[in-house]
Amino acid sequence: MDWQGQKVAEQLMQIMLLAFAVVGFLTGYVLESFQMMILVYAGGVFLTTLVTVPNWPFFNRHPLKWLDPSEAEKHPKPQRQQAVNSKKKSSKK
Amino acid sequence: MHSFGYRANALLTFGLSILALMCAMASISDNLNHPSPTAQVQVLNINWFQKQPNGNDEVSMTLNISADLQSLFTWNTKQVFVFLAAEYETPKNSLNQISLWDAIITSKEQAKFWIHTSNKYRFIDQGSNLKGKEFNLTMHWHVMPKTGKMFANKLIMSGHRLPEKFR
Repeated sequence: MDWQGQKVAEQLMQIMLLAFAVVGFLTGYVLESFQMMILVYAGGVFLTTLVTVPNWPFFNRHPLKWLDPSEAEKHPKPQRQQAVNSKKKSSKK
Repeated sequence: MHSFGYRANALLTFGLSILALMCAMASISDNLNHPSPTAQVQVLNINWFQKQPNGNDEVSMTLNISADLQSLFTWNTKQVFVFLAAEYETPKNSLNQISLWDAIITSKEQAKFWIHTSNKYRFIDQGSNLKGKEFNLTMHWHVMPKTGKMFANKLIMSGHRLPEKFR
């Protein structure tokens, strides 16, 4: 699951659970049936689990684009010596 | 939210938190119900009234109990426990309570009833104070909800009097 997919999955999970809770509570209150509230909510939790827990292709539409290895070699990492020097300079200031 | 287990855990904890919230709201919704139960009790007969060998007074009576407790039931009510108590004052104790009859009502349909019965539990005074004693018959009820707070209340029916003589 990519970064965008993780964000979508979390938001979808929270919105769906809250929506089913509201619908379940109202259904139970109107029909005067506590059991109905629990059934509606349990169904909602099950559905939410199916939608947001497995790693569906839907959550992998924004893959990270890594640099090509040959491109990375053209821009070598900064040398360790340089890093130490810069630290010393900053500490003197 | 990067793995299956992490997502399942997040869903479970959030789902259970919401379930607790729903149960709390169901309990709060009980406050919107303003019940108006009614009850009548008649003492049809004093079957016998005597002193036990150990000196305590005991009385047996036939009661006709009718009540309509349907308004106590809401969508969050599991059952209602109801009991009828004889309450009277003696020189030693300002309140004596003796349970004479009780019942557990599990549905709204059963909450409107009448019953003709002798006292289910023995009416014995701890002493010898019952002759000519004026007493209240009090209907107590405890509403037991599916979730949340229990409610209790009572209805006092006064003006009953025991006979002056043993029989």
